[in-house]
Amino acid sequence: MAQRDYFGLIIVAVIVTLIPRLIENEYYIGILVFTALNCLTCMGLCLLMGYAGQISLGHSAFYGIGAYATGILTVTLAWSPWIALGAGACFAALVAVVVGVPSLRLKGHYLAMATLGFGAIVHIVFVAAVDLTGGPNGIARIPHLDLFGIELSTDKSFFYFSWAVVILGLFFALNLIHSRVGRGLRAIHGSQDAAGSLGVNTARYKIQIFILSAVYASVAGSLYASFVNYIDPGPFDVMHSVLLVTMVAVGGMHNIWGALIGAVLLSILPEFLSELSDYFGGVGISYNPDYDMLIYGGILLAIMLFLPGGLVEGIRNFLRFSFNAVAKIKRRAFS
Amino acid sequence: MRRSIVFTTVMTVVCLFFAANLCAESDEYRVGCAFAVTGAASWLGEPQKNTVEMLAKEINDAGGINGKKLVLYIEDTQGDNTRAVNAVKKLIQKNKVSVIIGPSRSGTAMAAIPVAEAAGIPMISCASAEIQLEPIDQRTNIFKVAPNDSDAIRIIYDHIVARGIKKVGIITGTTGFGAAGRTLMLEMAPEYELEIIADETYSPADTDMTAQLINIRNKGAEAIINWSIVPAQSIVPQNIRQLKIDIPFYQSHGFCNVKYAASAGESAEGTIFPCGRILAVDTLPDDNRQKPVLHDYKTKYEEQFKDHVSTFGGHAYDSLLLVVDALKAVGDDPKKIRDYLENAKFIGTGGVFQFSPTDHCGLDKTAFEMLTVKDGKFVVLGQ
Repeated sequence: MAQRDYFGLIIVAVIVTLIPRLIENEYYIGILVFTALNCLTCMGLCLLMGYAGQISLGHSAFYGIGAYATGILTVTLAWSPWIALGAGACFAALVAVVVGVPSLRLKGHYLAMATLGFGAIVHIVFVAAVDLTGGPNGIARIPHLDLFGIELSTDKSFFYFSWAVVILGLFFALNLIHSRVGRGLRAIHGSQDAAGSLGVNTARYKIQIFILSAVYASVAGSLYASFVNYIDPGPFDVMHSVLLVTMVAVGGMHNIWGALIGAVLLSILPEFLSELSDYFGGVGISYNPDYDMLIYGGILLAIMLFLPGGLVEGIRNFLRFSFNAVAKIKRRAFS
Repeated sequence: MRRSIVFTTVMTVVCLFFAANLCAESDEYRVGCAFAVTGAASWLGEPQKNTVEMLAKEINDAGGINGKKLVLYIEDTQGDNTRAVNAVKKLIQKNKVSVIIGPSRSGTAMAAIPVAEAAGIPMISCASAEIQLEPIDQRTNIFKVAPNDSDAIRIIYDHIVARGIKKVGIITGTTGFGAAGRTLMLEMAPEYELEIIADETYSPADTDMTAQLINIRNKGAEAIINWSIVPAQSIVPQNIRQLKIDIPFYQSHGFCNVKYAASAGESAEGTIFPCGRILAVDTLPDDNRQKPVLHDYKTKYEEQFKDHVSTFGGHAYDSLLLVVDALKAVGDDPKKIRDYLENAKFIGTGGVFQFSPTDHCGLDKTAFEMLTVKDGKFVVLGQ
């Protein structure tokens, strides 16, 4: 891990501890919990998309598997939510192996289509397996998580907990990126054949990273179920997968920090738009949330056209460019 | 010197700000609404939003409640669980409402219930699923004004049994509404000595149900019940007509939307379904206790919004009138409102409500009237 990354982790930790002191209203804290869950899923997806160069349009399926594992195991079998979380992650990993082994042989559009289909199938299972999942009626009264005897029932306590998980996940991901595996993954992204010829076990690495990203999503799903206490198939549909990919792409696929920033921005955006519409409501300008998808699409389009590396890379290039420009002017002024 | 002036000014502004807030608090009643105004369930949320806005304006024009202004905070859930949770939190924690009306869909209501329960704010759900109120000892703050699905099934089964039919085929949509109806129909059939000989489903996106209907026909059903709330349900009567299946056809109260009857066209004629009385006000007998309320709501709504009135908007109408009754009687303390609602009696668009500590719905099967489609219009079914 580079020094810069440690610095970044510390900044995130400081912001997380400061936020509940700055924002009194629990409502905003609640939104930031959902933001943390999106961050967690997006980090896993970023490892898969940005570092290994494989696309997945079915990640909400893993998110849902985690949520349903927690829901089913805690409510019908009365397991501890922690064991359910672990079991969910193991099951998601198993599913990732089963799906990944054949589908990661595919490339580009074919892989996207295979994962899209996988996501749709899992969603149908959630809807149709009524005896197991409760079908469209979902599962209610999912217990809260408890940590050292403290029940994480308030938004604030869950906020600290979920962001701690995000920081942990980030720490792990950063370490991975700067290890032999991470360099191997980047080699695969560059050229699979070249990486293979250099002794990188491409097939194995791809499966491993797919499993890892599934586990990230599954943990986020389990946390979602424990936080909301109710799940139905709604939040785990294909559109959510698309939204996750959008978040990763907006932030910057090739940088785990980018995924984090993209997830934060796009999770807060709808609330921001609704606040804005409340604010302008008095002047007679009203905003219709039906346009949310339009705005997401517009943002994605603009990013792809003008900042293909995502926001983070775009900002970095801009800074570099302006530093160079300033340096050039200085040099000219002195000479 | 200068610093003290700045300090005084700032303090004055702050004090004024707080004073303004205090004044604002004392002369208004705040009510939160969480409806699916946009998104896939907007056909539920939009009439609900229109209805409460219309009513609130009317109440405030007439001088408010107990001399205080009724202020509505309306949040859009988009029919999405996460948004519904956020919306209800916003209403409770930011807007400090004393009671919440909505959400519109059962899924969003189920997701929002733990939030309202934890905060101790009464919530009057406009969604129909009965599991919202179960178990009642953990749902002390949750009420609902939409009629029970099980009561709709009772009235359909009564009708079927009276005709001497024994074998029934059911076809349900795979949404929350459809799945809940399917479970209940299967559970309640033995009670009425009915045999469900075919149990078919369709997804909201399906465009043809011929295969399912052929199955039902081949198994020898004597009546078909179609239980769904999505537009796809209008395809079922069309397919039945194409297949020339000539047996009694029932729909759920999810069919109570003139647009559904219109899109089914001629094939909807003669369909029998239970429904709130709002859609057939004109054909109700004059001595019906609900008729004045229904007539009043229908006339005002249709005049103002140039759109057909719906039972779903009616749920919001009933909820807000209940809330207004409660505010009039006990003020805006959430606990007192809850206690008031638990014993409220009320004649609304949905039926004659009689709440009790063990019944937070307050409606029974008399909430429904059997209707049929005649010349593209909903009319009360002749006995």
